[in-house]
Amino acid sequence: MTELLTNILSPSWLAYAIAAAIQCALLLVVALASAAVFIWLERKVSARIQDRLGPTRVGGRFGWLQPPADGLKLLCKEDIIPAAADRLLFRVAPYISFCSAFCVFLALPFANGWVALRLDVGVFFILAVAGIEVFGVILGGYASGSKWSLYGAMREAAQVVSYEVPLALCVVVPVLLTGSMDLVEIGNRQAGWFTNWYVLHDPFTFVTFWVYATCAVASTNRAPFDLAEAESELVAGFLTEYSGFRWVIFFMAEYASMFVVSGLAAVLFLGGWNGPIPIAGLLHLGSDPDTATGFIANLLGLGNFLIKTVAGVTCVIWLRWTLPRLRIDQVMTTCLKYCVPLASAMLAGAVLWTYLCPGGLIARARHSLTIAAEQQHAPTQERK
Amino acid sequence: MEAINWHGFFFLFFAIVACAFAMAVVVADNIVRMACYLVVSLGAVAGLYFLAQAEFLGAVQLMVYVGGTMVLLVFGVMLTARGPLASMRTGGGQWIMAAIAGGALLAMLLQAAFSVSDWAAPKTIQEQAAVEGSPSARLGLGLMGVRVDQLEQPNLMLRRGMSGHLLAFEIISVHLVVVLVGAAYLARAKRRLDHKQAKDDQRP
Repeated sequence: MTELLTNILSPSWLAYAIAAAIQCALLLVVALASAAVFIWLERKVSARIQDRLGPTRVGGRFGWLQPPADGLKLLCKEDIIPAAADRLLFRVAPYISFCSAFCVFLALPFANGWVALRLDVGVFFILAVAGIEVFGVILGGYASGSKWSLYGAMREAAQVVSYEVPLALCVVVPVLLTGSMDLVEIGNRQAGWFTNWYVLHDPFTFVTFWVYATCAVASTNRAPFDLAEAESELVAGFLTEYSGFRWVIFFMAEYASMFVVSGLAAVLFLGGWNGPIPIAGLLHLGSDPDTATGFIANLLGLGNFLIKTVAGVTCVIWLRWTLPRLRIDQVMTTCLKYCVPLASAMLAGAVLWTYLCPGGLIARARHSLTIAAEQQHAPTQERK
Repeated sequence: MEAINWHGFFFLFFAIVACAFAMAVVVADNIVRMACYLVVSLGAVAGLYFLAQAEFLGAVQLMVYVGGTMVLLVFGVMLTARGPLASMRTGGGQWIMAAIAGGALLAMLLQAAFSVSDWAAPKTIQEQAAVEGSPSARLGLGLMGVRVDQLEQPNLMLRRGMSGHLLAFEIISVHLVVVLVGAAYLARAKRRLDHKQAKDDQRP
């Protein structure tokens, strides 16, 4: 795109700047549009779980214009900064949260090779940048100058710092199986039928996936791990003093990180952009995105990725409206007594498995079956 | 103005942000704001690493230093927030001492930086493009035991000694684990001892 614009526009630096701005805007649109869709989804799913209808009137039958209406309402709200607040940090905090949630989209691949920034260490980059999001929450909680906010921020800090450990341990398992931290490489390694997905690779990866899911929900700060907000105890936790647009930005960050965490689960464990049935592979569409058929294959892959990610987000929403909130000591017990030992054991198990039986359970079974079949056929051939 | 050197532009941007917020850390008197400025400064340094295509180092910078400062901030708030230490006023003597120590370090670093002849003149864009390969890959291979930078060493016996950083890496990791376990054990044993003593005190 940069070359195209350089040909059209006269000063090359302007073309470069415009190309960069367009690419940033595209990613921003993905982050914001997904947030809007998920807010609508959350309203609908929670309503169905509570035997209600949810939004039905705004914008036609399914209330699909509800998120813009919500946004408009929140924009019109009075912007309040408490007298006891640290005004600068209070203002900066939501943007820190949103920026880190948004920067993760830089390294998240949406299809084979369709990634803004293909990094050798994509997984590590995502974990590192997503870890900064909690900084905005802590800062917001402190800067509000309110006890509720500070309690919420402290809980968030304790929770996120502990859950990063098992989360990282779970992420190491697919990295180990692939031998690369490049997310595109990890996704491509799972190409083929759904039996090649890492979640079905061996029993250890299967358990790892569920540990990852638990820790991912905890790291996005959603119920049953939403102690930082805890409406019934802390008013609204770190969000107590926020209103209007700043509050919206915190929510954008939350929904964007939900998308990222589900997308990461899809790429790491659920085959990424490879569907359960390799339609593109069976039709011989190829994987080179520069050819027309490869482009179609990548479009199919994008569909696969989005379906998996949205399904993951729906599960997170479903969990939120089903399970009660944990106490802080229960949160810590879940992390330190269950998730960390389980993740460590699964990592050791996966290492042993790759050493003893590389290629996964199903591939191994198929391999041994073919060997058995060959051995059966071999004597008959000799007789001839 | 036809072609801006964007690499240089972003280098200057991140460098200025890093330096400005480092100065802000020194000047600020609120401990939480100091930590906040420190995070921005360290984040800008991570940006410089990303600019140099050392993505691994940049991510480590974010994870270790920015994350570490976050923990520092939490403890800063927890231990000192509403007390008299929330705002720290530094006296003139402390300023002078800090200026001497910082200035000496700066002078040494500047001298070292200017003594590298390759860095004396800014390189053209063509020269920059000639720098190939990702340093993080080389670093990772080095940790795995493959020193791609030492492959031209003709002496096989010498090459064996440079087989990589794997052993050093493992020793450091084990050392850190020992330190962590030891710290946890110390903290735990102390509390249990107090508990026992309290029971003993109650008995008679």
